Amino acid sequence: MSERPLVPVVVFPGSNDDRDAARALERLGAEAPRVWHTDEGLPAGTAAVVLPGGFSYGDYLRCGAIARFSPIMRAVVAFARDGGLVLGICNGFQILTEAGLLPGALRPNASLSFVCRDVPLVVESAEAPFTSRCASGQELTIPVKHGDGCFFADDELLDELDAAGQIVLRYAAGTNPNGAIADVAGVQNADGNVFGLMPHPEHAVDPLLGSSDGALILGSLVDAARLSLAAAV
Amino acid sequence: MRATVLVRPKPGILDPQGQAVESSLRHLGFEVGDARVGRLVDVELPTDDRDEARTQLERMCEQLLANPLIESYEIELAEAP
Repeated sequence: MSERPLVPVVVFPGSNDDRDAARALERLGAEAPRVWHTDEGLPAGTAAVVLPGGFSYGDYLRCGAIARFSPIMRAVVAFARDGGLVLGICNGFQILTEAGLLPGALRPNASLSFVCRDVPLVVESAEAPFTSRCASGQELTIPVKHGDGCFFADDELLDELDAAGQIVLRYAAGTNPNGAIADVAGVQNADGNVFGLMPHPEHAVDPLLGSSDGALILGSLVDAARLSLAAAV
Repeated sequence: MRATVLVRPKPGILDPQGQAVESSLRHLGFEVGDARVGRLVDVELPTDDRDEARTQLERMCEQLLANPLIESYEIELAEAP
């Protein structure tokens, strides 16, 4: 069993949180090389993949709409379809919805303002591989910084996600920073191996940064990545 | 052949840009309601066959130009010269 699971962070043109994500993952015990969007495949032994925040392809057309056609995304989609763990943060979340790996869509904030502040979040499900270090109902403080974070799903899809426990994180009541429907901050796919969230756990991994709660999310991912490697051996 | 694709937020989808435009128009003294902001894409297609052009454009909309969950699209083909 590998001590340090391999968790590559994909760099698209316009990504800007890849270094923070890689650094946070390394601190939490992963090996987190950055891989380039033109790469055709993921490194051998990849245990999980992170799509970081930023403004890939200048957010042209719709956020994430162009990045999903990057060569590396074919490998990421295949990895996810095989049950591989994929985490999308902010722009990474937008890319995963555009790629059809996650349900819903992200629209411009209801305020039309870019929001950048700590937000309180409630963990709706601690069964997910991405929140196993949390308790259900636990409140986390993690910053958001986005202009297009307004999660949308139509009523039918929202009911479906709710019933299936796919809504993993919500903004605490009364603190919704972007107008997201039903206060949704993070969702996972039906199989539970792909997760996207608008808040930035990589910016909250040390008390010096104002909160360490992001380490609970990324640490859960590192735990799950380690387990998936152990299972594969 | 020249074609235009109009992409609009679906009815019921919150459109803060449209709301901001509507509010600005009202500030200017115009009587308007329910402004919505969409997107326009002009493209040149290497065919003069209208059916083929439409088929191609529909595929473009479904794969990239519109997100079917939140947007509707309309295709306009240029009149034959």
